[in-house]
Amino acid sequence: MAITAFGAGGGPAAAVDAAPKRRSWVALFLLLPGILYLVLFFIVPLVSLIITSLETQSPDGAFAYGFQWQNYVDSVGTFGTQIWRSFFFAILATVIALLFSYPLAYFIGVKARRWPLLQSFMLILVVAPFFISFLLRTLAWKTILSDDGPVVSALKGLSLLGPQAHITGEPIAVVFGLTYNFIPFMCLPIYTTLERLDIRYLEASSDLYAGGWATFRKVTIPLSLPGIVSGTLLTFIPAAGDYVNASQDFLGGTSSTMIGNVIQSNFLVQENYPVAAALSIVLMFVILVVVSVYVKRSGTDDLL
Amino acid sequence: MSAQEGLVLGKIYSAEPDARRTPPRGRFSLGKWLLPVYSALALAFLLIPIVYTIVFSFNAQTGKSNIAWSGFTLANWSGVCAEQDVCAAFGTSILIGLVSTIAATILGTMIAIALVRYRFPFRSAVSLLIFLPMATPEVVMGAGLAAQFLSAGIPKGIGTIIIAHTLFCLSFVVVTVKARAASLDPALEEAGRDLYGSPSQVFRLITLPLLLPGILAAALLSFSLSFDDFIITYFNSGTVQTFPTYIYISAQRGIPAQANVIASAVFLIAIAIVVISQIVTQSRQKRLNAVR
Repeated sequence: MAITAFGAGGGPAAAVDAAPKRRSWVALFLLLPGILYLVLFFIVPLVSLIITSLETQSPDGAFAYGFQWQNYVDSVGTFGTQIWRSFFFAILATVIALLFSYPLAYFIGVKARRWPLLQSFMLILVVAPFFISFLLRTLAWKTILSDDGPVVSALKGLSLLGPQAHITGEPIAVVFGLTYNFIPFMCLPIYTTLERLDIRYLEASSDLYAGGWATFRKVTIPLSLPGIVSGTLLTFIPAAGDYVNASQDFLGGTSSTMIGNVIQSNFLVQENYPVAAALSIVLMFVILVVVSVYVKRSGTDDLL
Repeated sequence: MSAQEGLVLGKIYSAEPDARRTPPRGRFSLGKWLLPVYSALALAFLLIPIVYTIVFSFNAQTGKSNIAWSGFTLANWSGVCAEQDVCAAFGTSILIGLVSTIAATILGTMIAIALVRYRFPFRSAVSLLIFLPMATPEVVMGAGLAAQFLSAGIPKGIGTIIIAHTLFCLSFVVVTVKARAASLDPALEEAGRDLYGSPSQVFRLITLPLLLPGILAAALLSFSLSFDDFIITYFNSGTVQTFPTYIYISAQRGIPAQANVIASAVFLIAIAIVVISQIVTQSRQKRLNAVR
């Protein structure tokens, strides 16, 4: 169920070429409602976001249609730090989540094969965080990492943390929260590819005198690349736009505001729609560029 | 046969283990225990906030916030709706989850069948249109919809939340059902047609039952995505409170233990569904293997 569903995210579109030619009006009937829905509530909103981002503000505060390209220059100029920080945090969280998840996925997908029951049990534990409220689990970490929580007092007891130091409200807590919350998204696709990995390739590699490390680098990693690519994308994209972890009521502070927080407060609190819209378009554009370059370079074009 | 060839053959066929050849077990040079121990610790780490949330659903909370442990009680579980806002928000979330799951599952399944079974022009454009919402950050989708509702003069409420949830669930339904449909043997449908089944009979009696596990998985996934969504919802909810927006708004002044009760109950039900479906899948697999 959910387990296979998430793993299927990057699955190659098999059997598409084998699709038989049939009367296309049936296809039209099947496609039309969903496609109309996507156009009406995905494409049109993006267009209206672009229109909003170019609006001008008259002295009395009302917004009017215009071609105010200056909105982009102003927003990026004002919030450049937050834009950089978002991508920096997202990349950091993605890398840490990958390093954390790969050995776990390898154990479940390859080593635990002989015990199917253990394998299912471990998989259920990996997806378990999905099923407890995203906001409550983040708040749980806030309490655990708070100044009078067990982690800070232990670190202070060991003198690893200064007496005035905090974890919550600092960038480290935000990166920690982003990493924790998206680990299942990283782990599942990697597991799916490793689970299908043919052990005989590893045997062939060691028959050809490759050591453990060389086999891992030259055989295991390349064969699990599709899983790594979809896992990193499923982590990076939501992490870059997240504003819950960095929110000051959750794990963030004044020095860890991300672009999502800026968009949210400009849209919903200050009602400064053009700035929020311009920043959304910038965020979307940068993510699309990063994703397409990344997918091209890793040679997994068939991800769609 | 040259001496070299003999050596190679000798190596392959010799029963004696070769010292230079790494033994099969220790192939991956992390020590034998390192990986299992790491995996166990990693899973334990993933469970920390879950255990915390469940434990604090039993806390005899004294003030507004449920942070310090002050004794065990069952009162939060027996009196979930003592905190009326929590219960109301939970009900709203269930309603929104059900409606948007049904809508997204129907629309998405239709698209998935069309993608796997039919040829049509602009196929790659359609695939792109389905992929894009999954590659769009939630803030952008939320802000876009909110901007559209604003310019169209549509008031925010349950309706706008359902529209938004159906949208982001749709792509996940297509991907999930498509994976299932692509793995089906087209010969089964052909056999149905050969036996003079009408197109609607073939669909009703063959295609749909075979797709059902995929459709069910997609519906469960949709519901859990909808139930837990905060970012897109917050942009389009107006004054309506779902369970996640309730928690977000209450985070500042303290969250009642009843919220933990609801989250824990939902968690336990979801885990039960996953476990049961795993057992069903595995026993079906066993039966299939036995037949073969």
